[in-house]
Amino acid sequence: METIKLTIDNTPVETEKGTTIYQAAKKVGINIPALCYMNLEHLGIKNCPGACRICVVDVAGRRNLAPSCSTACMEGMVVKTNTPRVLNARKTVMELILSDHPKDCLICPANGQCELQALAATLGVREIHAVENAAVSTYRKDASPSLKRDMDKCIMCRRCETMCNDVQTVGALSAINRGFMAVVSPAFEQDLINSPCTFCGQCVAVCPTGALTEVDDTPKVIRALADPTKTVVVQTAPAVRAALGEEFGLKPGTRVTGKMAAALRRLGFDKVFDTDFAADLTIMEEGTELLTRLSKFLGGDKSVRLPIMTSCCPAWVNFFETYYPEMLDVPSTAKSPQQMFGAIAKTYFADKMKVNRKDLVVVSVMPCLAKKYECQRNEFKVDGNPDVDYAISTRELAHLIKMANIDFNSLPDEDFDQPLGESTGAAVIFGTTGGVIEAAVRTAYEIFTGKKLDKIDFTELRGLEGIRTASIDFNGTMINIGIAHQLGNARKLLDGIRSGMYNFHAIEIMACPGGCIGGAGQPYHHGHSEIISARHNAIYKEDEEKTIRKSHENPYIIKLYEEFLGKPMSEMSHHLLHTHYFDKHKV
Amino acid sequence: MSNIKLHDSQIRQIKDICASYGNKPGELINVLHTTQGVFGYLPEEVQREIAKNLNIPVAKVYGVVTFYSFFTMKPKGEHAISLCLGTACYVRGAEGVLDELKKQLGIEVGQVTPDGKFSLDCLRCVGACGLAPVVLIGDKVYGRLDPSKVKEILANYR
Repeated sequence: METIKLTIDNTPVETEKGTTIYQAAKKVGINIPALCYMNLEHLGIKNCPGACRICVVDVAGRRNLAPSCSTACMEGMVVKTNTPRVLNARKTVMELILSDHPKDCLICPANGQCELQALAATLGVREIHAVENAAVSTYRKDASPSLKRDMDKCIMCRRCETMCNDVQTVGALSAINRGFMAVVSPAFEQDLINSPCTFCGQCVAVCPTGALTEVDDTPKVIRALADPTKTVVVQTAPAVRAALGEEFGLKPGTRVTGKMAAALRRLGFDKVFDTDFAADLTIMEEGTELLTRLSKFLGGDKSVRLPIMTSCCPAWVNFFETYYPEMLDVPSTAKSPQQMFGAIAKTYFADKMKVNRKDLVVVSVMPCLAKKYECQRNEFKVDGNPDVDYAISTRELAHLIKMANIDFNSLPDEDFDQPLGESTGAAVIFGTTGGVIEAAVRTAYEIFTGKKLDKIDFTELRGLEGIRTASIDFNGTMINIGIAHQLGNARKLLDGIRSGMYNFHAIEIMACPGGCIGGAGQPYHHGHSEIISARHNAIYKEDEEKTIRKSHENPYIIKLYEEFLGKPMSEMSHHLLHTHYFDKHKV
Repeated sequence: MSNIKLHDSQIRQIKDICASYGNKPGELINVLHTTQGVFGYLPEEVQREIAKNLNIPVAKVYGVVTFYSFFTMKPKGEHAISLCLGTACYVRGAEGVLDELKKQLGIEVGQVTPDGKFSLDCLRCVGACGLAPVVLIGDKVYGRLDPSKVKEILANYR
């Protein structure tokens, strides 16, 4: 490897050829501020349009200041990142950005999370030398069931465009217009709901300002909790417990399962349940479906559609409904854990509690913004009453806890309530890429072979690479598995299947980087992808510490089938736990 | 959704244009240029068709169309009038010519006359500053104009 030597702020640096000044500076503890630049190294995601010019530095012998994000280090370079000239330029750039930016920080949804706000504070901008009373350009606002666009706050960093087009290959958002009217928008300035948007929300996850945010459902939850006529139950997705602590200053990767349950109880939920229970249920249904298709296929029935695809991820469902409508019969018909939970809560549990479904409010806490859209889908309603009433994000839960004056970090660890709170390690790993398929394999293997697994961990299915493949030996029958996270990788996998490059029996797809742990409803990573890795490890740690680690051994799942559902893929299961998909192809 | 429905022959035309550029996403600007040359403008349906053929998001196509002022989503008149408001034309009285054009045509900049005959647009410098102020009608250049000549020139096209 060829290396070069340079100095940055009088510190000698030796770095690999091709490294940018920004990266080299970071190595020696110099954090150059940046706004448009974003590098999620652990996930191979990068946005570097060199647009904002906040990261400029002084390079000796160079006439103008250099954008450090996109200037490569050269042998003998002498770089200064904090001279008066640099600081002045940065401040001027910031002033120019702010001169066409609303000044309503106090009531902005990004208040306290805004990278523009934080940078203005760091740079010490105290006035904006613009024409007095100059109008700030304004733009039409747009709210979908999941995401909100307020383009007055767009600074054209293009991070969302990179996520939507390059990473997710959804192509809903593009930069349009020029000058003051330049914003990011769907084609023909349509609303997101009419665009190919999958509501994955990765644009929100990277937006440095309040231009793209989630729809805030906390007021509805607060109202439901205060209504004495309602029984309000909550379910929490696996990935939430691996990230919620970050909102309270805990180290990324800190697991807060017990504190989260305690906080939800203090918020006033009548029952604190777990989506993990429904994840175990998903494995029973999806695993059985996989085995049914597989047995038919191995028995010579060529009409069987393989590979079976997971259907837990609502953005992925939106994606194949939009882009692969000819494959609507390929994914598993199993509903997502969120929706399975809602369906069981409003039937089995409501009956047990003798509550009318109209008076039972099901709230879900999700790492996801697409879940807000999913729970509003018509097929998940009975006479207009949704199985899941409100889906709030991890961030929204943190906000509720703070508003309710709960000192999260000093809470004791508490357990979930029963019967919908018991779960296995297999359910926990749903929260990260590769987890659903590993959970399915743990159960399918034992049912298919009739043997107990010697080793529960399928490490060959784990990791953060975008596309992974593995073959698992089912007692002589090799089962080929494909895994993809990020929709762009899903597309590559699907196109590979079409072209005959791959031959899978089952594939798992998650829309977000790293799976749900990197979901758009999680605490903001602000470009630090090591946070996603920490959550990834936390999920497997949680699994390891569970006494029961296979879905079919969950005693409450066994009981649910005995008392209510019969067996997996029964008529009752089909009615409550399975769904169908729609052609949403847009020309 | 736009209310314009393309004929099969028009769809074929767009297909051919895209194919003539190898259906390459990198040729988008050339494709748009040629297509506007044929259709006169780039309505929504045309952009969707181009996106399909080049296999790129329609949002990207729309992004490029709205970025370059040359591209238009509004139909032009049979005779597209472009008045130069570049520095040279401006100081030699282009504004007066513009006022007279608006008066004679009864439309504002960016509009088309109700009979579809004329559309009126402004642009910056056509590279004929020696002839300032300059007006283009279709491909024909009219130079050294003053408001009194406008009526007469338009009469050639009525």
